[in-house]
Amino acid sequence: MAEVLVLVDHIDGTPKKVTYELLTKARELGEPSAVFLGAPGQSGTAIESLGKYGAEKVYVGESDEIAGFLTAPKAEIIATLIEQKSPVAVLFPSSAEGKEVAARVAVRTGSGLLADAVDLDADGTATQSVFGGAVEVRSKVTVGTNLVTIRPNSTPPVEQAGAAAVEQLTVEVSDAAKGAKIVESVVEAKGGRPDLGDAAIVVSGGRGVGDADGFRIIEELADTLGAAVGASRAATDAGWYPHQNQVGQTGRTVSPQLYIAAGISGAIQHRAGMQTSKTIVAINKDPEAPIFELADFGLVGDLFTVVPALTGEITKRKA
Amino acid sequence: MGADKAVHLSDEALHGSCAMQTSYALSKVLGTLEYDLVICGSESTDARLSIMAPLIAERLGLPQLSGARKVTVDGGTVRIERQTESGYDVIEASTPAIISVVEKINEPRYPSFKGIMAAKKKPLTSLTVADAGIEADKVGLAHATSAVDSFSTRPPRQAGQIVKDEGDGGSKVADFLASQKFI
Repeated sequence: MAEVLVLVDHIDGTPKKVTYELLTKARELGEPSAVFLGAPGQSGTAIESLGKYGAEKVYVGESDEIAGFLTAPKAEIIATLIEQKSPVAVLFPSSAEGKEVAARVAVRTGSGLLADAVDLDADGTATQSVFGGAVEVRSKVTVGTNLVTIRPNSTPPVEQAGAAAVEQLTVEVSDAAKGAKIVESVVEAKGGRPDLGDAAIVVSGGRGVGDADGFRIIEELADTLGAAVGASRAATDAGWYPHQNQVGQTGRTVSPQLYIAAGISGAIQHRAGMQTSKTIVAINKDPEAPIFELADFGLVGDLFTVVPALTGEITKRKA
Repeated sequence: MGADKAVHLSDEALHGSCAMQTSYALSKVLGTLEYDLVICGSESTDARLSIMAPLIAERLGLPQLSGARKVTVDGGTVRIERQTESGYDVIEASTPAIISVVEKINEPRYPSFKGIMAAKKKPLTSLTVADAGIEADKVGLAHATSAVDSFSTRPPRQAGQIVKDEGDGGSKVADFLASQKFI
């Protein structure tokens, strides 16, 4: 059976949910092999869980040089693997890094690349959502290896046992790939909430939240639902909430099962980042707000009374 | 806005080029120029691929510093802050290099009347594919690395239910969430 490579997206060795989604997708195209690239010793706990989602092989490349430079070393390693294994496709997470690694691999291997897909068929045809989510395009790579980056939450991860046979890679990073060095990684305050890209439920606040303090009720609602917290650009630019939580054109693109927008008018730039959410609930005091055009359920009202009441109601019903 | 000169690559042969071919064409044009720093936007608003900077970097062997929300240049060193999912990374490289920037980088100033008049005198070079040394059979729809099979307008979302808060808004939303099995 044809081999399909999947680049593992992980935080310090723990695979992110999107990795399992990619492995699930890869099984429709062929036999999945996970490619784990990281700092020395990080792969240890990942192997077993990669096997749980069907990885027959796990290629492991560990080196400080992978972690210390931006994307180019990973691309070199994957391009070499493609040369050796001739996979039928390579799937990447559609994160900033995943897309950049894929881009470099495409140049190195002379392949076509379809970035930011929301679906992938067994025959390798990818669906992309373009023009702010207004149009869906189905295309196929016609040159070289089929390279596709896929958005998180595009497919539910399904367990299926795989052998997860480990094959260590020799990592030799060329000087050319060491051009852009990561000199510092700053982690900004973040609670124990799920990652925005991976979360099944996202609760977002916008201009209507009023100030940084106002986000407390957004967070409380998020916590009762086990959700991630998002924010519109208006809210992050005003400094009410950290930039990494911005949902929209210039922030993160999310497509959770449930998206709750509170005090967000729904400008096109925001919609582009959340339009593919499965179910959308909007709370806004302006009945004309464009967010209501998208909403499966819209409540015209003051978020400062509705959101805490909703939090209370959910807590009560869960009890 | 302050540009000293402009180069415009325009040729019918480029019609229908994919991202791979666009990056090839831009790399060839860059090859006709002298530069210390190439600055790209982070992504287009149509397909939002956000891969042009890494594609060009790989083709030209330039260090790539992408997704910058802040840039400083000190002599031959360029340093950026790149937004990550948990905070930000500080990334450094020597010039020549290519960077891509997000909209947080600055607020564009309004062009002044004086600037607009001065701009009319700045040189604008137009290049064809042949001028830039681009091989015509490596660009354009017929040679694209991916092919569109079909496209469709996303069906508009079914009009949802919109209700007004009459003091029971919280419980109405909760009812909806329960009906969809979220709680």
